[in-house]
Amino acid sequence: MISGSLMNATTIFYMLSTLAFFIYMAGRNKQIGLAGSTLAWTGFAIQTVALGLRWKESYDMGVGHAPMSNLYESVVFFAWSIVLIFGIIDAKYKYRVIGAFVMPFALLGMTWGQLYLPSDISPLMPALQSNWLTYHVISCFLGYAAFAVACGVSIMYLIKAKSEQKGDEAAGGILSVFPPTRVLDDLNYKAIMVGFPLLTLGIITGAAWANYAWGTYWSWDPKETWSLIVWFVYAAFLHARFTKGWVGKRAAWLSIIGFAATIFCYLGVNLLLSGLHSYGGM
Amino acid sequence: MTTEHRSVSDQVMQTFASLRLTMAVLILLALVSIIGTVIPQGQLPPEYVASIGGEQGNRFRLYGLLGFFDMYHAWWFQGLLVLLSINLLACTIKRLPHVWRIATRPDTTLSSAQEAAATCSVVLDLPESINRDRLTAAVTAVAGRPVVTEQDHELHLFVQKRPWARLAVYGVHASVILIFIGAIIGNIFGFKGFVAIPEGDTVSSFTDRKGQERPLGFELRCDQFTVSFYDAPGGGPSQMPKEFKSILTLTENGKEIPGYTHARLIVNEPLTYKGITFYQSSYGNTGNHTFTVGTTRLTVSSEETAHLPDGSSMHLIEAVQDVSPFLPGKSGPAARIDVHPANSGPAVTLLSLANYPEENKREAARLSLPIITYQGGTERPYTGLQVNKDPGVWVVWIGSLLMCIGLYVAFFLPHQRIWFRFGHARLVIAGHTTKSQAAFRQRLERIEQELKATLQQEEKP
Ligand code: HEM
Repeated sequence: MISGSLMNATTIFYMLSTLAFFIYMAGRNKQIGLAGSTLAWTGFAIQTVALGLRWKESYDMGVGHAPMSNLYESVVFFAWSIVLIFGIIDAKYKYRVIGAFVMPFALLGMTWGQLYLPSDISPLMPALQSNWLTYHVISCFLGYAAFAVACGVSIMYLIKAKSEQKGDEAAGGILSVFPPTRVLDDLNYKAIMVGFPLLTLGIITGAAWANYAWGTYWSWDPKETWSLIVWFVYAAFLHARFTKGWVGKRAAWLSIIGFAATIFCYLGVNLLLSGLHSYGGM
Repeated sequence: MTTEHRSVSDQVMQTFASLRLTMAVLILLALVSIIGTVIPQGQLPPEYVASIGGEQGNRFRLYGLLGFFDMYHAWWFQGLLVLLSINLLACTIKRLPHVWRIATRPDTTLSSAQEAAATCSVVLDLPESINRDRLTAAVTAVAGRPVVTEQDHELHLFVQKRPWARLAVYGVHASVILIFIGAIIGNIFGFKGFVAIPEGDTVSSFTDRKGQERPLGFELRCDQFTVSFYDAPGGGPSQMPKEFKSILTLTENGKEIPGYTHARLIVNEPLTYKGITFYQSSYGNTGNHTFTVGTTRLTVSSEETAHLPDGSSMHLIEAVQDVSPFLPGKSGPAARIDVHPANSGPAVTLLSLANYPEENKREAARLSLPIITYQGGTERPYTGLQVNKDPGVWVVWIGSLLMCIGLYVAFFLPHQRIWFRFGHARLVIAGHTTKSQAAFRQRLERIEQELKATLQQEEKP
């Protein structure tokens, strides 16, 4: 299928983009930084076409649904969302080096999907046949993607803060391309300001859907509970900046822990715990 | 307020309204919530109970005591939610009056405190001859109509955008409480239950969570239940179900209810009447089956366990009236059953065929059981419906909507204030915004440029 080859091409573009950002971080050559962004955007454009085609292909097969219904489709959509959010931040704030800490997440997702996950288009079981599925998945994954960006920025913050503490700023090197900690802290907060409402919307659309399908908007199933855990962590993050003793490094750690919880919510629950979202039949 | 003279109630209020408590409660909630995703909740699978030492085991008793098997309803978890609510309310009581004042009675003059707290500020040198009207007109043109105040021989002009956005955070906070209230209403005034209706039958009650029969207040008939399957890639139906569909008719005192005759119920499209909602949730077959066990005739229903003369018991797993599609070369009725021996040893599964007594004899010898022969039976499909009433669900949705709108306004529609103070040939412009500093700085720069253009230029003779 054409969409499959385009997905492979996407993976290669994301790999080249990641590579370019790494080289940019080491050598601070502006042209290479620009190449990193261009490669990311090109990959993104190809992937957008691939997603659209896959959607169409599912209709051609008579089992039409948005391409977000199994693990492969979700991980590919996750990668797409990460590049989208990174792209917006890149276009708006022009701190290219962030790409070196964010594009690897997208690359990892694409590589895992393309190499290890079954990519067949399969029909939807009755419980999944709902428009809520699309709304739910889109808002959740855009939220997760914003958290991925926040996590990348937080890692940069911690590295930068450590070097500023030691006072070897003047030494130049890799860290001199990093934005100042003040900017990193702000970007972290901005990304979570985008991610938190999206996650909230994702949880609410999930609850609305559960109410349609099963008659309960909340049943403390492990996936629901983990999404709430993630929500609590980021709610704490949002209040950290008004709380004495919680600004700076601790907030950056909260953001990283929040993303670790997000990944567990997304993958760990399905792979390690059981519940409704494993879709083991009615 | 000096620290020494704070009363006890003041201190309690301080603690309950503090953001440190909020951080602690939110992180604690995140941590303890993990427990219930690792330890099974509600109905415990027997293997799990055995794996942690059984009902006699210390670990089992400890977990039970702490409510770990239903932890989201345990007193300490609910207590944390109550603490969060108290924290929210206390914080609101403490801060809302101040925020309300900012939103409704703004500082229309630029004090030095405001100037220091400004997001950004600039100073323009302007000719002293500029009067109140000129300045007001110029500011109106670039920033909107200002409130003008004269104080200490200085002219203060004030414009603002979206003061009400200050209240958005409190909308988000209120929405949390609203969702809790909705959940409580649902718990008190609602119910959840289940009903199974064989095709063609009518029911007027359902079984609630506690196993009690409760009247519906009307009658519900299942006209038909069907499962359809997706086409397999090579043609013909596959194993993948496409749709579970019940056709239902509702009647009240035997009279059909308009709009509810032969109504369709499928997964993701529930049916609601008089506040009670039905969801397609399961299905199966029901009916009676006849067996001979040794010389005894036995009638077994699809769901129940039947007792055999020797003290063992059996139950039906599945039955068909024509086995030929499953066992090529054989025909007639067939049943697969579980037999639990009288000595509570492990259960055995066997196949019993109506037309092949030799095979049954062989099975009986193999498992040292009496000869069990299936004679046939009648089966009808039944549909299993979840039955719910939740009068609180609307409160939860209103809370959710308020939360989404509140978050959007709080993060993306900031309150912006700009002060202009003119005196001694100097115009101080100071601006303050709650979010989106970069966009606000651009706005202020534009205002500065345009004021320069209109006021500085014109004065030149
Ligand atoms: C799950 C519960 C809560 C949620 C979802 C929530 C949500 C929020 C959000 C989204 C903001 C805006 C943050 C920002 O502008 O960066 C905020 C601010 C705030 N929250 Fe909460 N909050 C919760 C609980 C609490 C509690 C219990 C308190 C009690 C002390 C509290 C006190 C505050 C304060 C003081 C602010 C700052 C308000 C301002 O900017 O003037 N929050 N909250």
